[in-house]
Amino acid sequence: MSEIPRSEFVLELKGIRKSFPGVHALQDVHFQLRPGQIHALMGENGAGKSTFIKIITGVYQPEEGEILLEGKPVKIATPREAQRLGIAAIYQHVTCYPDLSVTENIFMGHEATSKVSRSIQWKKMHAEAKALLLELGSPLDPHTEMGTLSVAQQQIVEIAKALSTKARIIIMDEPTAALTKRESEELYRITEKLRDSGVSIIFISHRFEDMERLASQVTVFRDSRYIGSWPVAEIATEDLIIAMVGREITHLFPKKKADIGAELLRVDNLGKTGLFGGISFTLAQGEILGLTGLIGAGRSEVCQSLFGILPADTGEIRVRGKLVNIRHPWDAIRLGIGYLPEDRQKQGLVLSWQIGHNISLPMIDEFSGTWWLDDVKEGDLVKELAESVKVKAGGISALANTLSGGNQQKVIVAKLLGTKPKVIILDEPTKGVDVGAKAAIHEIMGELACQGFGIIMISSEMPEVLGMSDRIAVMREGRLVTVLDRAEATQEKILEAAMASTVAASGVQNG
Amino acid sequence: MDKTRRASRNLGLILFIVALSALVQILNPSFLTAENIADLTKNTAILAILALGMMLVIITRGIDLSIGATLALSGMIAAQTVSAWKDTHPLVAIALAIAIGLLCGAAVGGLVSKGKVLPIIASLGLMNVFRGITFLVSGGKWVSANQMPASFKAIASSGFLGINTLIWIAVVIFIAGWWFVNWNRTGRQIYAVGSNPDSAQVSGINNNKILLLVYTIMGGLSGLAGVLWVSKFASAQGDTAMGFELSVIAACVLGGVSIAGGTGTISGILLGALLLGILNNALPLVNVSPFWQTFIQGTIILVAVLINALVKRRGIRATMQKRNI
Amino acid sequence: MEATRPFSVQRFFFQWEWMLVLLFVLVNVVNSFLSPYYLSPVGLRDVTMTFLDKAFIVLPMVFIIILGDIDISVASIVALSSVMMAIAFNAGLPMPLAIVLSLVVGTVCGAINGWLITRFKELSAVIVTLATMIIFRGIAYILLENQSSGHFPSWFTFLGWGYVFEVPFMLILFVIFAVLFAWVLHKTAFGRRVYAMGSNQTAARFSGIKVDRIRMLVFTATGFMSGVTALFLTSRMGSTRPNVATGYELEVITMVVLGGISTSGGKGRIIGAVLAVFLLGYLRYGLGLINVPAQILLIIIGLLLVIAVMMPNVLSRKKLP
Repeated sequence: MSEIPRSEFVLELKGIRKSFPGVHALQDVHFQLRPGQIHALMGENGAGKSTFIKIITGVYQPEEGEILLEGKPVKIATPREAQRLGIAAIYQHVTCYPDLSVTENIFMGHEATSKVSRSIQWKKMHAEAKALLLELGSPLDPHTEMGTLSVAQQQIVEIAKALSTKARIIIMDEPTAALTKRESEELYRITEKLRDSGVSIIFISHRFEDMERLASQVTVFRDSRYIGSWPVAEIATEDLIIAMVGREITHLFPKKKADIGAELLRVDNLGKTGLFGGISFTLAQGEILGLTGLIGAGRSEVCQSLFGILPADTGEIRVRGKLVNIRHPWDAIRLGIGYLPEDRQKQGLVLSWQIGHNISLPMIDEFSGTWWLDDVKEGDLVKELAESVKVKAGGISALANTLSGGNQQKVIVAKLLGTKPKVIILDEPTKGVDVGAKAAIHEIMGELACQGFGIIMISSEMPEVLGMSDRIAVMREGRLVTVLDRAEATQEKILEAAMASTVAASGVQNG
Repeated sequence: MDKTRRASRNLGLILFIVALSALVQILNPSFLTAENIADLTKNTAILAILALGMMLVIITRGIDLSIGATLALSGMIAAQTVSAWKDTHPLVAIALAIAIGLLCGAAVGGLVSKGKVLPIIASLGLMNVFRGITFLVSGGKWVSANQMPASFKAIASSGFLGINTLIWIAVVIFIAGWWFVNWNRTGRQIYAVGSNPDSAQVSGINNNKILLLVYTIMGGLSGLAGVLWVSKFASAQGDTAMGFELSVIAACVLGGVSIAGGTGTISGILLGALLLGILNNALPLVNVSPFWQTFIQGTIILVAVLINALVKRRGIRATMQKRNI
Repeated sequence: MEATRPFSVQRFFFQWEWMLVLLFVLVNVVNSFLSPYYLSPVGLRDVTMTFLDKAFIVLPMVFIIILGDIDISVASIVALSSVMMAIAFNAGLPMPLAIVLSLVVGTVCGAINGWLITRFKELSAVIVTLATMIIFRGIAYILLENQSSGHFPSWFTFLGWGYVFEVPFMLILFVIFAVLFAWVLHKTAFGRRVYAMGSNQTAARFSGIKVDRIRMLVFTATGFMSGVTALFLTSRMGSTRPNVATGYELEVITMVVLGGISTSGGKGRIIGAVLAVFLLGYLRYGLGLINVPAQILLIIIGLLLVIAVMMPNVLSRKKLP
C-alpha cells in the first residue's frame, strides 16, 4: 500500500453524468476534495447538488464518469457500501429513530456486543457516545430520547454517528437551514473541530456566511453542470453570485402586457406559529406577483394558509375588500382562490383516475343532475377545459399516470380553472417539466393575467421569477423581507435578500 | 419515552394501584388477604405473559387479535393429549402447546410480513380459523377436570419456595423478555422497525424478519399461556379465553405502549397488567357487577390512547412555538 | 379529444365480479349435486333470510374500506341497538318507537366513531373502533347482563320472516338499500368524492373536498345500518342477548374484501360486495345441507378473508421487474 503514491485528493469525481426520464440531473460534473478540507458546494435550488450527494452516498449510480477514493477508482453501490468506505451524510431533516436514545441512534447497526453473552454493552456504548459528543464539544446526555432534541442537537448526534462509523468524508446538506444564529455558530465550531481532526467535509449551503466562515474552497453548480471551483479567499461574493446565476435573462418568458386593475387580495400581518409571521402584501387584477426565496423560507406555507390547508393563526385576509375567514380549501375555492400545488403527484392528482374525473373533482357538484351525475355535461366541460390548456393525451378518459409531467401539470391547471378562481396561486408551476410544456404554461399564465386574474407564482427559478412577475416578493425564514418592482429587480438583489448576505443590507424592509 | 417521563408515568401507575388497592381494601377487607392476593397474582401472571408478547407486536405498529384463539387451541390440544396419555410429563404438554402457538403466530406473522396483509385483518381472519380448528379437534366437547391427570393440574397449583409456579414462569419470562428488549440487538431492532421503518431498512435491518419474529413470539407465549390457563381452570373449552386479547391490549396501552409504535417498556406493561388484574379481581369484591368489566376495559383503552394523542399534540405545539419566526 | 372511453369487450369480461358470478354458479352446481334438496326454489328463496341480516352492514362497509379505513365495532353496535330496543320495549315503549330507538342508537354509535376518528387524526380507525367495539358491547352487557329479552309483538316477526308477494321482505329491503348505496357510490358527487379520498386523501383535500365531513357521514351511516341489521336479527331470533352478532364484523369485512374492494382504498364496487354476500350465503347453506359443522365455515370464512386480501398484494409484486 505504502508504495502507491497517495493521491492529493481524498475524493475525486470526474465527468459524472446522471439523467432521469426527460431531465438531465447531472452532466459532466467534476469535484475534488482534499484531506482535511471544508469544501463549500453552492448553487441555486435545482442545480443538481442533491443528485450529486446521492451519487456519493451510493443512492444513485452515475451513468458515466468515475469516482476515486484516495486515488483508487471505487464503485459505491449502496448506502451501506458508502458507509463502509467512510462516507457519511448529514441532512437538514435528520432521519432518525425518534423513540430511541441518542446512544442507540449513534450505534444502530453497529452496536457493541459482548463476545460471551451477546448482550449489548450499554455502559461501553453510552461511554463511547458521551466521548464522541464531548469530542464535538456537546454536553448532551447520551441517554436522552432523540425525539425530544432540537434539530441542531439531532444534527450533532448525526455527526457523532458519522464519527462512530469512522467516516473520513462527511457531507453536510444545508445543515444550517433550520438553525438559529447561535446554533449555527455551534455547528461551525464543531465542523472546524472535525476538519482539524483530519475529516474532509463537503458543506452544502445557501448562506454566504456559512461559506465565508468555514470553507477554504468553493465549487459552484448551475443547471446540473459544474461551473467552477475557487479558493474562498480569491473570489468575491458578487462574482460568486454571478457564477451561480450565470445566464443572461433571455426572451424565453413572454410576459404579455396586462392592465393592472382593482385590488383583489389584501393580506395583513398573516402568521402561523412556527411557520411564518407578519406577512402583508396585496394583489391586483391582471398582476403576477412572484414569490421567491430559498426552499424552506415558508413560501408554500403562506400560500397554503391562503388556500385553507394550513389556516392562519393571526392576521387578516381580504378578498375584494371583504374580510374573509378561510378555514378549509372549500372556503377558498368558494371565494375564488385557486391553488396549484407543488407536488403534482401527491397533492394535485388522483393518479389512478382518468384526467376527466381529475379535472371535474373540485366542481363535481355542478354536474349533479336531478338523479345522478350528468356524464355528458361533465364530459363536455372537462373537454373544453382540457383543450383550453392544450393537454396532449389520448382523450379525457386517459389515465393521469400515463401522462408526462408537463401534461399532468396542464391537467391540474385545467382543474384549477374549472373552479373559476379570481386569484390563482401557482406553487412552482414549471418545476420538473420539459421546455415545451414550460413555455406553454408561461403562455397560459400571461393570458390569464390579461383576462384579469390575479396570480401569485411561487418559483425558485430566477429567470422565471424575473421574466413573469410584475412584482417580486422575497421571503426568508418565515418573513417577507422585501417586495421589488419588476423594473428594479435583478437576480443579484433577489439572491441577496433571500440569502441575507452582508451585501444585501440596504433596502431590506421587514415584513 | 424519556427516562424521567417514563419514571413519572410508572410512578403514576404505582400510586394509582396503591390508591385503588386501599380503596378496595376499605370497601371489602377480604381483598388484601393472602388467599386473594395469591389468586390475583396467578391471574395476572397469564395476562402479563401475553402482554409482553403483545407489546412487541404493538411496538412494530401492529396488533394481534388472534391470541385468545391461539391460547384456546394450544390449551385444548395439550389437555386432550394429557387426558389421552395420562402419564405424559407436564413439560411435554407445555412444549407441545408452545409449538402449536409458535405455528399459529408464524402464520399471522407470515401474512403480515410476506403477504402484506394489515395486521388487524390477518389476525381477525386467523382468529376465526384457530377458533374453528379448536372446535373441530374437540368435537365441541369440553376436557374437564376429572379427565386431566393430577400432574397436569399441578402445573398451576404447585409452588416453589411458597410461590406459585405460574408466577415463577411469569418471572422467568419477564427476566428473559427484559434482557431481550434491552440487551439484545434483535430486541432493539424491534424498536427501530417500529420507530422508523424506512430508516431501519436503510440501516440494514430486515423488517420482514422482525415482523415474523414478533408475531411468532406472540404465538409461542399464547401457546404457553394456553397450557397454563387450562391447567389453572382445569378445563379446556372451545371458547376458552374468548375476548381475552382485548384485556391484553388494554394492559399494554395502560402500560404506556404507544399504538403508533416504537415505544413500550417491560416495567410499564408489568404495571399495566397488574392494574388490570387488580381491577378484574376487585370489581366483584366491591359488588360491581362483572358485566361492567368489558365496558371498563374498553374505556381504559380509549381514554389511554386519547390521552397519549393529546400529550403528543402538546409536544408538537411546544416545538412549533420554540421556533422563533 | 374523445369524451368517453370506448367499450371494450376484454375489459368488460376481465372483471372480478365475473369471477364471483362464476364462483356463485359453481357453488350452486356443486351444492345441487351434493344434496337433492338443494335446488328447490322455495329453499333458495327462504335461505336468503338466514344470511341477509348482516348484509345491510356490508353496504356502508364498502364505503369505509374504499376510504381506506376499517370499522370493527359494527357487531357491537348491532348488539347494543338490539338490547336497547328490547329493554325499551319491555319498559313500556311502543314497539314502533323502540324500533326507531334501535336505529337512533346505531346512528349515534356510528357518529361517535366518526367523531373520534376525525377529531383525533393521530389515531387510526383500527384502534378507535377496537375500543368502541369493547365499549358498546360492554354497555350491552351492563344493561342486560347475561339475560335475554324479547316478548316482542307478533307483527315484529314480519321483518325477519315475512313475505311481500312471495318475496321475503328482508330481500326486498336489502335490494332497495343496495340500489340506494350503489346509486350514491357510483352515480353521485358524494360517491366520486369517496373514491377520491380513498385513492389520494391529500389531493382530495386540495380539491376542496370536506374530507372530515365525508368520513363522519360514512361512519354514521355504518352505525345506522348496524341498527337496521339489529332489527332483522332480533326479529329472526325473537329475543336478544348482549352477545348477539358475535363475529359479524369478520363476516362483513370478508364479504367486502371478497367482493373485490381493496383494503388499500379507492377501488371496488357495491355489486361485487353484493355478489360476495350471496356467494357466502349459499355456500353456508350448501355446507349446512351436507352436515358440515358450522366451525368449518368459520375456518373457511377466515381463510377466504386473508387469501382475498393477500392475493392482489402477492400478484402485484410478481408483476414488478
